[in-house]
Amino acid sequence: MKASIGFSLLILLSLLLSSCGMNMYDQPKANLYAAAPYVKDKVVGTARPLPEGVVSRERGAVDPTFYTALTPEGLATDLPIPVTMEVLERGQERYNIYCSPCHNFNGNGLGMIVQKGMPQPASFHDPRLRASPVGYYYNAMTNGFGRMFSYASRIPPEDRWAIAAYIKALQLSQNASLSDVPESLRDSLEVQGASR
Amino acid sequence: MALLATSLTVFARTSNNKVRVPIEQPVAFSHALHNGQLGLDCRYCHTSVEVAAAANIPPTETCMTCHSQIRVGSPQLAAVQASWDSGEPLAWNKVHDLADFVYFNHSAHINKGIGCSSCHGRIDQMAAIWKNEPMTMGWCLECHRNPAAQVRPRSEVFNMAYVPPAEGQLELGEQLVEAYHINEEKLPQCSTCHR
Ligand code: HEC
Ligand code: HEC
Ligand code: HEC
Ligand code: HEC
Ligand code: HEC
Ligand code: HEC
Repeated sequence: MKASIGFSLLILLSLLLSSCGMNMYDQPKANLYAAAPYVKDKVVGTARPLPEGVVSRERGAVDPTFYTALTPEGLATDLPIPVTMEVLERGQERYNIYCSPCHNFNGNGLGMIVQKGMPQPASFHDPRLRASPVGYYYNAMTNGFGRMFSYASRIPPEDRWAIAAYIKALQLSQNASLSDVPESLRDSLEVQGASR
Repeated sequence: MALLATSLTVFARTSNNKVRVPIEQPVAFSHALHNGQLGLDCRYCHTSVEVAAAANIPPTETCMTCHSQIRVGSPQLAAVQASWDSGEPLAWNKVHDLADFVYFNHSAHINKGIGCSSCHGRIDQMAAIWKNEPMTMGWCLECHRNPAAQVRPRSEVFNMAYVPPAEGQLELGEQLVEAYHINEEKLPQCSTCHR
């Protein structure tokens, strides 16, 4: 009898202790996306909305052209960053993630989401768009365009420039002629073309 | 007795550890549809996964980049529209929740060639997601003691359908561990995950 009372106490105690043990699992600290009871307004949580008009300063001094693509003469025609192969490759990767769902991988505007009901954007190979400056693309990503939302919150400025550079390269690639190819390589292309 | 208390704690924790149980959500959002069928890249929504400890859950704005035009008025999307109109975020239920004394980091894994599917399984085939692995300390350590068995080329990290080479994973793995400067000595140490 005595032993069984002792045993019950032991079980009780260990159950009590075990629930104490969970304190370390769920600590009273501000975790990602946790409700934040100390915030008064309606939007609860540790993920706070940005106040109106904040500007990120993490990239040092604010260079207006870099952030807005605007110059005194209008939209920038040159990139504010050097165009290297690395930048173009980065641009391609980011374009494929963020733009291809609608604009398609080749830029013709017939991406998967357009096939599912999104309005069809103009092809990037349209003469009007081929003539547009690189800043035009940066601007569309930053501020949105008509029914297209802004991508500024998801794509940092460096990447927006890389994408813009890649779109310009894509336009060239889809409108190239044989005379753009170095002479030494033309033969191999003509043979391939003929065999198709 | 302390031993009994600890083991009961651990037991309560493990028996509550729901693995492969789909978690219900306030909106019937399907990864199988959005990734599997529509082919969206994880980063279209989980933008911070390459650069931060946490993979963010997308804000309603991200859904609205498409759903301001697609399936407008669908009852399935009513809660998304309501959230957009009111500015009040959707309250998604957590699928994963490590203990607060463990410090996980996504970018450390993504940039060293550990694919999403190694830990989360075939997300692109799940309608409602579940936790695919137990995510206990033993499970983490299995890989931290031998990363070469699971590391893959960086270009395959976001490929949910990746299968390691039938032969020679260890050789490939060892080359990648070297190429990506994975610190095998530090990986199993307590302070890597506990602070
Ligand atoms: C969810 C679909 C979608 C995605 C993703 C998307 N766009 Fe668009 N985009 C559109 C639509 C639709 C339009 C046309 C909007 C209109 O006319 O109201 C458009 C228009 C544009 C235009 C203006 C074209 C013109 O006719 O002058 C540019 C430039 C552009 N998008 C660039 C981009 C870039 C760069 C990205 C990737 C960062 C991107 N878009 C991602 C749907 C999308
Ligand atoms: C269209 C946006 C979108 C895309 C693309 C997307 N996700 Fe998600 N993901 C979400 C949303 C919204 C949630 C929260 C609701 C839920 O759990 O289903 C989520 C939740 C998750 C979770 C569980 C988070 C938790 O609660 O612990 C994982 C894991 C995840 N996503 C992985 C992925 C992977 C891997 C990919 C790429 C194959 C991906 N997601 C692509 C929107 C997206
Ligand atoms: C890139 C575009 C895109 C994004 C971003 C996106 N969706 Fe979708 N979603 C679609 C498309 C396209 C369909 C419809 C597919 C079809 O018609 O077969 C769809 C379908 C749905 C459906 C089913 C609707 C119905 O009436 O059956 C739900 C629910 C849904 N999405 C929720 C979400 C949520 C929540 C988010 C944000 C986390 C989101 N989607 C982000 C493109 C998108
Ligand atoms: C090494 C294992 C591992 C890999 C690889 C991994 N995850 Fe996770 N993921 C986790 C763990 C563990 C958690 C739970 C974190 C927590 O509760 O603190 C998690 C949580 C998440 C969440 C919920 C938000 C958060 O950060 O808590 C999302 C979304 C997510 N993962 C998406 C992804 C995507 C997308 C990828 C691939 C790009 C990926 N994960 C790769 C282990 C992993
Ligand atoms: C499939 C293999 C794998 C799994 C599973 C895994 N990890 Fe890792 N983890 C790695 C690799 C590889 C690294 C990169 C090490 C390096 O950079 O030297 C890493 C790095 C880390 C780091 C960063 C170390 C640092 O300071 O750079 C933390 C923290 C971490 N892992 C925690 C965890 C936790 C917690 C879990 C379980 C929830 C887990 N990992 C599961 C392979 C894995
Ligand atoms: C790769 C990451 C990782 C490393 C390295 C690691 N741990 Fe853990 N540890 C975890 C995770 C994840 C949990 C949480 C298990 C859970 O949520 O139930 C944990 C839980 C624990 C617990 C709580 C008991 C339990 O099982 O829930 C103790 C104690 C602990 N770890 C001690 C250590 C010690 C001591 C070391 C070094 C020898 C160590 N850990 C190394 C990831 C790690």
